[in-house]
Amino acid sequence: MLEIRNLYASVEEKEILKGIDLKVNAGEVHAIMGPNGSGKSTLANVLAGRPEYHVTKGEAIYEGKDLLAMAPEIRAREGVFLAFQYPVELPGVNNTTFLRTAMNEARKYKGQPEISAGQFLSMLKKKMQLVEMNDTLLSRSVNEGFSGGEKKRNEILQMAVLEPKLAILDETDSGLDIDALRIVANGVDKLRSKDNAIILVTHYQRLLNYIVPDFVHVLYNGRIVKSGGKDLALELEEKGYDWVKEKDETVSAV
Amino acid sequence: MSETSEIKNWYLSLFKDFENHLNGEKSTPFHRLRKEAIDKFAELDFPNLHQEDWRFTDISPILKHTFTYANKKSTLLPDKKGISRFLFGGMRSHLVVFVNGFYSAELSTLLPLPKGVIIGSLAEALKSNDGTVNDNISKYATFNDNVFTALNTAFTIDGAYIYIPDNIVIEDPVHILFISHGSEKFISQPRNLIISGKNSQVKIIEHYESVDAGVYFTNSVTEIHAGESSVVDATKVQSENLDAYHVATTEVSLDSNSSYESHAVSLGANIYRHNLNVTLRGEGGDATLAGLYLLSGNQLSDTHSLIDHASPRCTSQEHYKGILDGKSRGVFNGKIMVRKGAQQTNSYQENRNIILSDEAKVDTKPQLEIFADDVKCSHGATVGQLSKESMFYLRSRGIGEEQAKSILIYAFAKDVLKGIKIDEVRSRLENILSERFLGKA
Repeated sequence: MLEIRNLYASVEEKEILKGIDLKVNAGEVHAIMGPNGSGKSTLANVLAGRPEYHVTKGEAIYEGKDLLAMAPEIRAREGVFLAFQYPVELPGVNNTTFLRTAMNEARKYKGQPEISAGQFLSMLKKKMQLVEMNDTLLSRSVNEGFSGGEKKRNEILQMAVLEPKLAILDETDSGLDIDALRIVANGVDKLRSKDNAIILVTHYQRLLNYIVPDFVHVLYNGRIVKSGGKDLALELEEKGYDWVKEKDETVSAV
Repeated sequence: MSETSEIKNWYLSLFKDFENHLNGEKSTPFHRLRKEAIDKFAELDFPNLHQEDWRFTDISPILKHTFTYANKKSTLLPDKKGISRFLFGGMRSHLVVFVNGFYSAELSTLLPLPKGVIIGSLAEALKSNDGTVNDNISKYATFNDNVFTALNTAFTIDGAYIYIPDNIVIEDPVHILFISHGSEKFISQPRNLIISGKNSQVKIIEHYESVDAGVYFTNSVTEIHAGESSVVDATKVQSENLDAYHVATTEVSLDSNSSYESHAVSLGANIYRHNLNVTLRGEGGDATLAGLYLLSGNQLSDTHSLIDHASPRCTSQEHYKGILDGKSRGVFNGKIMVRKGAQQTNSYQENRNIILSDEAKVDTKPQLEIFADDVKCSHGATVGQLSKESMFYLRSRGIGEEQAKSILIYAFAKDVLKGIKIDEVRSRLENILSERFLGKA
């Protein structure tokens, strides 16, 4: 589904990603872990097409197409979804209208008819149960005045509505209390299927108790320094990130 | 200099002609006021860019034209169908229509009114030598230091006159529709007087539209006196053609515990200047001033507001927003004066602007003058582009760049309209916005 080869990217002239290689197949869940500043969020944002991030080298092939050549909205319509670490508040933009517009843009792109307001609403109600979200949040402006947990749930609701093929969750667990984390994680877990793939960007292992990954990658200093199965996350939790840092430095020294 | 004295001479000679056509009206007390005003006009100069209050607003294009005053007899009325597009669909209202500044009984529709209420033409009130009019006109909008008000007063012939006696609530809004019609280059100078008695309530829509294209000049003066504990809700919609010039002064005087709420939406005109001055004269008064200007091309919109806290325990909120495209220019000057003794004043002012092009420009200036020590005053002003974060968020959900922009602009502007209490007016303005920014969707 996605193949990243030797990806370099910079923000404001500062090189953050320094040669990422990653292959993600349909049905897989990959966790990207790493200390602060290692480049996890940069990777997530580069894949979604944030304009401030510049790819300087390398490529990302998504479903056989050049992902990095696509505008952010095209990536979204092609099935790439980024759950934001800090969801943006859009005062005056109605949450329901926003979701329906987003969905219809993707449908138009695929040559499908637009969904009616009625159909959309009944579908939306079902999806909302997935993230145990209160109806009142639908009539409000997107994320405006939402609590941290509500914002994250709203991200997962958007994911549930848009049904992406490749979902990238950027520290969706950060700042969530244990109940909100459980709700969000269960929501994500239910959206798992053999046809889609999920990349979980996280600092902590806790989320991975709920969404068990197939692969865990450790990002440090802009590169993946270690990959393994789900046990790697536990090992990291136990030994801390200093363990990989030391390893990386030994590698650099050689 | 010579150019402005030439144009002054033009208006002075125009006044002589105007006066000669007044016939019997020359002997009314009001005509003495006209003459005082033209004398003052002769002394005053038109403003230029060197004056602080006009630093960003170049009115020299207005002074290049020799506008003639509109003549009631030669003014052709548009038919009822012709003005139906200016009405707010389905709204029950007292409709008072002025064509080129003259009241049109044919086009107006007044609903039954409680005893003592007057909604209609100032010209008629002047003719009948109405004592209340004579006592109040020019009391709030003085012409000693305002050349445009002097000019308006000298040429005052008609406008809306609304008088609500004590304890009366007018449920249906009063829709005052000013239409310009015809291709003649004329100056229309409506003079409006609105008086709400103690504990009364009224909703007013002051609405300016053009039937035809072409340059003309509206120089309007509106005086509002809100009596004790009365509630005046005023919406101003300026949607004139893009060649029109519009200079307006609104003077509002609020007695104790009265409330005034204004929503001013500016869509049209080439040069638009609105002086909005509110004096909180009695204790416990409240003023809300909201505004929206949507500009493109080479339009200029300038709001100069003054909220004068002359009494203790008054509150004021001001919330103006602008969206500017093309080479347009926005000016916002918000002066808040808190007089000595106006303790426990609570005042808030905000002006936010979004600029959509490289060449559009905004000058915004808060001006706080506080002479009391127990007050809460705050202000904020921003001029910027659409937030990159918000744009990316929308695009990351599959919404294209242009549509994302439109959604954000619409949301930004709609915020000002949501305070408009008359549903039909609010939804009509929302539709104008959405057609402009969201397409027909």
